[in-house]
Amino acid sequence: MKWPDIEKKIKEKFGKQILKWAEHNERRIYADIPLPLLKEFVQFLLGPLKGRFIIASGVDTPRGVIEILYHFDFYQLPQVFSLRVMVDKKNPKVESLAGVSKAIEWIEREIHELLGIEFTGHPDMRHLILPDDWPEGNYPLRRDQ
Amino acid sequence: MSEIIPIGPYHPLQEEPEFFKLHVEGERVTKLDIEIGYNHRGIEKLAESKSWDQVVFLVERICGICSTSHPAASVNAMEDAAGINAPERAQFIRMIVCELERIHSHLLWLGLAGHFIGYNTVWMWSWKYREIVCDVLEKISGNRQSYAMFKAGGVRRDILDEDIPWIRSSVDKLIPALDLFKGAVMDDPVIHARTKGIGILTEEMAKAYCVVGPTARASNVAIDVRRDDPYFLYDQVDFDVIVLGGGDVFDKAAVRILEMYESVKIIKQSLDLMKPGIVDLHIKEIPPGEGIGRAEAPRGEVYHYCLSDGSNFPARYKVRAPSYVNIFSNEVACIGQQVADAALVLAAVDPCYCCTERLIVVDNDTNKTREIKGNALIQLSHQRTEEIKKSLGIS
Amino acid sequence: MNLKMKALTKSPWVYHLSTGSCNNCDIEILDCLTPRFDLERFGIQLVGSPRHADALLVTGNMTLKSMPRALEVYNQMPKPGVVIAIGTCSLGHGIFDGSYICPKTVDEVLPVDIYIPGCPPKPEAIIAGVAKLLNKLAGK
Repeated sequence: MKWPDIEKKIKEKFGKQILKWAEHNERRIYADIPLPLLKEFVQFLLGPLKGRFIIASGVDTPRGVIEILYHFDFYQLPQVFSLRVMVDKKNPKVESLAGVSKAIEWIEREIHELLGIEFTGHPDMRHLILPDDWPEGNYPLRRDQ
Repeated sequence: MSEIIPIGPYHPLQEEPEFFKLHVEGERVTKLDIEIGYNHRGIEKLAESKSWDQVVFLVERICGICSTSHPAASVNAMEDAAGINAPERAQFIRMIVCELERIHSHLLWLGLAGHFIGYNTVWMWSWKYREIVCDVLEKISGNRQSYAMFKAGGVRRDILDEDIPWIRSSVDKLIPALDLFKGAVMDDPVIHARTKGIGILTEEMAKAYCVVGPTARASNVAIDVRRDDPYFLYDQVDFDVIVLGGGDVFDKAAVRILEMYESVKIIKQSLDLMKPGIVDLHIKEIPPGEGIGRAEAPRGEVYHYCLSDGSNFPARYKVRAPSYVNIFSNEVACIGQQVADAALVLAAVDPCYCCTERLIVVDNDTNKTREIKGNALIQLSHQRTEEIKKSLGIS
Repeated sequence: MNLKMKALTKSPWVYHLSTGSCNNCDIEILDCLTPRFDLERFGIQLVGSPRHADALLVTGNMTLKSMPRALEVYNQMPKPGVVIAIGTCSLGHGIFDGSYICPKTVDEVLPVDIYIPGCPPKPEAIIAGVAKLLNKLAGK
């Protein structure tokens, strides 16, 4: 399956709900989606479209929202597809995707401790890279810290 | 009766501290808990306070073994954000440095793996031939490790024309050495017995854990950023992506050994294709925007994401190293293995690894703690090699 | 010179302790033991337990998580023993200065006897540093 087919399938299924579709160049594609759609979208990417999860990166923006980017590729294809969701800083809750793919488990733990986002339904929310006695509520990658 | 064997966080041999908890029943491993973070230095946060040029130096120090892969992904990300391409000669120099590093890293791993199964000769040999690669890198960059060659828009140093014949002859010297290892490792009955069918990561599991690099390619997942998403000028050189199907320790070693031949091929082609020209565009700033850079490190895909707000400093910098996903896959590869094989299986994904500062066996029934002297896990592994040697009639 | 000090300067056994380094220094330490430099001909050997060691080779930044472990390792080392800080990170913080996870340098946690600078120091530099320390201990 080539990228145009994948793009068509994504747009067929979620077309109206995608907030913004941006192509930085032909290999780097970004899509903004609403938060409640995230799990279904990722399930679609990893299941029928045979995608591969690369990593998620959280960005604390000055606008009072935290962006999380989920990066995917499709094995032999050169395209990197990044899903962007906005999380409210006052109520940072995201549904955990650990059940969808094992590979997402660690990065959710990391984002939790570095940016303070709570992943509801994550099986194991211990500290991953910070010491166990790290002060509660101190999130190093937040801009106000 | 279930026992827990903690491995780490410090190990005599080297590398990053990591902490594994092996849950064992008798001789079988039933569960593995992995704890990382001893080496967490807050690089992503530090990157936000460094200028774009300094970021390349900073990411170079994420890992000393793959110390050009991170800068490679980093300059890819910056050039993606800025929408520029480095000059051709610079791209070839980058490829040469990257491939030399792949050879040095694979030789290093091979040596350590040899040590873990009690073949110290393999360790000494592979590190001896690794010196050739270090010499070439020293000639090109001035340093044996941490080469500081890359910058957004080019490289910092050119390769001098008068050095090229010497570089070529040094690289040629590697081929007999690689033949030696190929013979020594791939035809040895003891190594076969120790590594075949051990620590199998199936294709299905490799995909579920999204592993990368040789770990994935040994499990029949044919991914290689150099071919799939060509960066630099990898689309102009001819090389094969080595893919094997077994998923065990032996195949992981074989993939690495065969890959070194491909690296030599790439280096020679790059030296041939290199034409005189500028090596640096001297770009001044990165415009606002996002950039994604990927590079194939010796251990797998390195992934960098940068966000620029037009200032001198990145607004956000995200790094995903290959071991991050590969180490996690040990959770399945280790299950059902013997304790004596565990060290080898953990080492097979080439993480920055093991760490037997001392072992404490916690007996769940009596809750008594007894201490085993350091190195015990490696000694167990050596014992097993001896047993196999005896049963094969080799002394 | 008492007997203990005399014993310390002959074939010192070293234990390698990484406290959050990037592996560069660690590779160069190992490199000292392999055929080109071959430190074992002087009786210098890497050992698997700090209890057998005469010297600690400390590399890295001293991250918060490794700080208590590093102290524990130091306490396990029989005294008299020496602590050798290798690489720019363990001298100060080097490029990692200002990180939230490494508030202290190595010499604020462990009593360092000798510093070997470099990022990474070449094997020759490590050997020269260790030789200087041994000469000094021997009172030369």
